[in-house]
Amino acid sequence: MFKHWIAASRFRAGLVITLVSLTMPVAAIAAEARKAPAPAASTEQPAKERPAKKAFEFILENGLDLVVIPDHRAPVVTQMVWYKVGAADEPPGVSGIAHFLEHLMFKGTEKLPGSQFSKIVALKGGDDNAFTNQDVTAYFQRVAKDRLASVMEMEADRMVNLRLSETDVKTERDVILEERRSRVDNDPASLLQEQMMAALYRNHPYGIPVIGWEHEMRQLDREDALSFYRRFYAPENAILIVAGDVEPDDVLALAEETFGKIPRHGKTIERERPAEPKHDASVTVTLEDPRAGRTTVQRFYITPSYASAKPGEAEALDLLGRVMAHGTTGRIYKHLVMEEKAAASAGGWYSDSGLDSGRIGFYAIAGEKNTPEQMEAAIDAVVEDVRDNGVTQKELDRARTGLLAEHVYSSDSISRLARQYGWRLAAGMSVEDVEDWPNRLKAVTVDDVRKVARDYLVDENSVTGILEPAPEHTSRVEEKPAPAGKDKS
Amino acid sequence: MRMTVRTSLIAIGLSVAAAAQTFLAPSALAQKALPDPTAPTVEETAQGKTMNIQEVTSPGGIKAWLVESHANPLISIRFAFFGGASQDAPGKDGQAYFVTSMMDEGAGDLDAAAFQERADSLAMRLEFDASRDVMLGSLQTLTENKDEVFELARLVMTEPRFDEGAMTRVKAQILAGLKYDENDPATVASLAWDSVAFEGHPYGRPIKGTHESVAAMTTDDLRDYVRRVYARDKLVVSVVGDITPEELGKALDTLFGGLPEKSDLREVAEAKPPLGPSRKVINMNVPQSFAQFGFRGIARHDDDFIPAYILNYIIGGGGFSSRLMEEVREKRGLAYSVTSNLFPYRHGSVFVGNVATKNEALSQSLQVIRDELENVAEYGLTPDQLKAAKSYLTGAYALRFESSSSIANQLLWVQIEDLGIDYVAKRNALIEAVTLDDVRRVAGRLLTPDQLITTIVGQPVEEPVTAGAPARLPTPQNRLR
Repeated sequence: MFKHWIAASRFRAGLVITLVSLTMPVAAIAAEARKAPAPAASTEQPAKERPAKKAFEFILENGLDLVVIPDHRAPVVTQMVWYKVGAADEPPGVSGIAHFLEHLMFKGTEKLPGSQFSKIVALKGGDDNAFTNQDVTAYFQRVAKDRLASVMEMEADRMVNLRLSETDVKTERDVILEERRSRVDNDPASLLQEQMMAALYRNHPYGIPVIGWEHEMRQLDREDALSFYRRFYAPENAILIVAGDVEPDDVLALAEETFGKIPRHGKTIERERPAEPKHDASVTVTLEDPRAGRTTVQRFYITPSYASAKPGEAEALDLLGRVMAHGTTGRIYKHLVMEEKAAASAGGWYSDSGLDSGRIGFYAIAGEKNTPEQMEAAIDAVVEDVRDNGVTQKELDRARTGLLAEHVYSSDSISRLARQYGWRLAAGMSVEDVEDWPNRLKAVTVDDVRKVARDYLVDENSVTGILEPAPEHTSRVEEKPAPAGKDKS
Repeated sequence: MRMTVRTSLIAIGLSVAAAAQTFLAPSALAQKALPDPTAPTVEETAQGKTMNIQEVTSPGGIKAWLVESHANPLISIRFAFFGGASQDAPGKDGQAYFVTSMMDEGAGDLDAAAFQERADSLAMRLEFDASRDVMLGSLQTLTENKDEVFELARLVMTEPRFDEGAMTRVKAQILAGLKYDENDPATVASLAWDSVAFEGHPYGRPIKGTHESVAAMTTDDLRDYVRRVYARDKLVVSVVGDITPEELGKALDTLFGGLPEKSDLREVAEAKPPLGPSRKVINMNVPQSFAQFGFRGIARHDDDFIPAYILNYIIGGGGFSSRLMEEVREKRGLAYSVTSNLFPYRHGSVFVGNVATKNEALSQSLQVIRDELENVAEYGLTPDQLKAAKSYLTGAYALRFESSSSIANQLLWVQIEDLGIDYVAKRNALIEAVTLDDVRRVAGRLLTPDQLITTIVGQPVEEPVTAGAPARLPTPQNRLR
C-alpha cells in the first residue's frame, strides 16, 4: 500500500514509510499495511469454507475494543493501540497537530514524568514507536511476553494522564519542523506529491499533509495538542491489539486491570469531515526543481477504499491495481518499459486503507530520451484500454494467486499481523470481515474488475503530477579544514 | 556422499536472569530437549522457547543451517556468496549490483517476460542484493509450490541469460536510480564519506557504480562476475520453515549443485581509514544539511568488538535511549534523527553516524555530537548506563527471531561472520560478561572525536574556524556529476 508522504512517523525507523529509490524513486511504500491477514492455510481451502479463527475480540465495559491474536512460535508479543483519529480530523488552521500530539505522547505523565516512556521499554528489552496518518494514530511496543503487563500499564496511563511542559512542547516543535525538512522540503518528489494531494482533494482534508503546512506547524502550541488529546483519546475510541505468545483470557484480564479502569469519555466523538464535491476537471501539477533527478510523471485517481467501498468493490480494485501495476508483470511496466520504451521504469499502487476514500496511482520515470508528454500518453493508453476492455481471466487469476500468497507470507510475522488487523479494524471493519477477506477476493470476476475500472479510473477524479529537472543543477565540493577541538589543540 | 544432520539446540533467553541461567548450562538443556527429528522443533521450556538449529549436509556436500517450523505453509531461504561489491573488477564499479538487478531478467529457455510471469504465478519471492563483502540472496516459497520454485531458482543460479535487451532496460533503470541518488543528501554524504575513509580501497567505490562505469557495462562483465563469485566454496545458506532435513538436502543440490566448486576471488587488501580531522562540504540547495561523521571501528573478531557494540548502542545505536538522541533531539530539538553504527566489514571496520539539521544550526548539532563523544571517551559510562544497555540488548535479542525470514536472516549473518552454530545460545552471555572497565578501555581505543572524518551535504552556516587547527586535507574528490 502506498502512502505518498501522507503518513508521518515519530522516527525514521518507524515502519510506515520506506523510500524505494531504484525503480521507484517517487514512491513511498508501506508494505505492512498491504492487506488484511488470512489464516495460513487459506489458499488451499475450498472457497466457501470459513477460515480458522485467528483473532479473539472483546469489548470492555468502557468501550475499548480488544483484539488478541495468539501465535506461540516465539516468546514475544506486540502491543498496539490504535486511536481512531488522524490528521483528517484536525480543526482548521492547526495542520500537523495529530502528528505533533503523537510525538508529545512520549513526554510523560504524572506517574512517569519526563521523556521516560521509550527508555523504560528499552530497559525491558523492548522496542517501541508510533505513527500517524490521515485516519489513525497508533502506538506500539514489541517485548518479551512476560513484560506485557507493564507496557500495557504504561500505555493505558498515557491514554488519559498526559502532562506537558511548555519547554518540552517548544523543543519537540523544532523536532517536527526538522522532520518536515527531512521528509518533504529536502526532496522535490515529496514536495510534488504534497501539491498533487492538495490539488486532488478540493475540499476533503486528505488534501492537507499529515506532517502539516510549515506556517501552521510553527504556530502549534501546548493547548492545541491538549485540546486535540482530550477530544479524541479515550477508551471507546481505541482498539488494543495484542499479538504473540499469549492466551486471549490472560490478555483480557490484563486489559481489564489497566485500560479497563479508565472511565468512558462520555461525549460523542465526532469525526465530521467536509465531503469532496463532484469534480468537473482533471488537474495537472508541474514542479520544476534543479534537484529533480529524471523527469517523472505520476497519476492519482480517487477510488473507494476498503472502508468506503460498496461490497466487493475494494477487492476488485485490489485486483485491478495488481493487474495494472504489480512489479514487472503489471500492464503499466510492460507497456511503458518493455513495449513502448517510453520510460526507464514504471509502476503503481492501490492505497486502500483510508476511511473516506482510496486512490489508485501510476508513475513513470524517464529514461535519458523520454519526454513527459510521451509518458503521460502511454499511461493514458493503458488506462483507456483497461477501461474499455477490462482484464483477462488469466491476469485476474494470477493477480489473485499473488495477493493470497502475500497474505500467507505476511501472516508469518507477528507484528505485521497485528498491523494488518489494526488498519482494517480502525477503518471500521469487523474481525470477521478481516478473516473472510480471502473468500471475498475469490469471488471477484473479470466483470467486477472491468466495472471498477470504468467507474473509478475517471479523468475528472484524477491529478497528474510532473516533476522536471530545472537545467542549472551543479554541485560543488568545498574543502575546509576541520574546526579545532575546543580542548584538544 | 551421505546426507548428514547435526543438531544444536539453543534457547532464546528473555529476561536477563533467565538468559543467564539458560546459557550457563546449554549442554544440559540440549540433553533435556534432545531431538526426535519428527517432533516440533520449537518447544516450550522453563526459560522460554528453544530453537533447534540443524546443520544439514546435502548428498552433494552442500551445507545449510535449518530451523524446521511447520506452523505456516512456507519456506524462507537466505544465502550468501562471499564477494559482494568489493569483487567488482577495477574500473567496473557497480558490477555486482548490476548482476543482482539482472537475476529476474530471464534464465534457461525463459526470456525476461516469460520468467517473470512464471515466478509471479508461482508466488516465488527471489531477491538479490550486493553488499560490500557478500552477495545476498533471499528465496521464499509456499510449501505447495516448492518443487517448481526450486527448479526455477536453479535456472536463475546456473543459467542466467543476461540478454542484451534486458541489459539495456536494466541499465536505464540503474542510471535513473543514480540520477536520483545524486540529489539525495543522505546518499551523497554517505558516498563522499566512504570515498574519504576508504580512499584507494574497493570499499571507497560506490556499490551502484558511477554513470560512466554503468553505461560501459557489458554482458561479458556480468558473466565474468558470476563466474568468479557464484561458487560452492564461498556459499552459506540458512533455511527456516516447512521443510524436513531430507527434503532440504535434495533442494540444496537442486539449487546450488550446478555451480562450480571453486570461486576465483581477487584478494582484497585490509582497509585502514585515515585519521581525521577532515571535513568536506558538498553544496546542495536544500534547507536542511545532512552530515555523516565517523572514524575507524573495531573488527568483528577483535576481542573488543562486543564492548564496542555496547558502546555504539549507548552512543547512537539505541534509538530514543541513545545519548546522541537525548542531547541532539530530546534536549535541543536540533534533529529528527541522529544515529550511529558500527560497521565491521571483513577488511576494515568503521564507526559511522549521521544527523540532519537545518542549515543554520548544523554546526551546533555537530558540536553537541563531538562533545558527547569526548565525554564518553574521557569518562566512560556509569554502572547504570551499562546495566541499562545490557538489559535492552539481551532482552531484545529474541525480537530478532519473530518470523521465518527474520530467523533465517539472523542465522545467515552468524554464518557470514563465522561465529559458530552455538553463537545464538552464547550471545547474551557475551554481552553480560562485559565489565565497566572493558567499556572504558574500549571507549579510549574506539572513540577519537579529534579525528572525525565529516562529510556534509547542504548549505551549512559555518562557525568561524578557530585559528591553529591542525588541518588535514583529504584529496579533493567529487562523485557528483
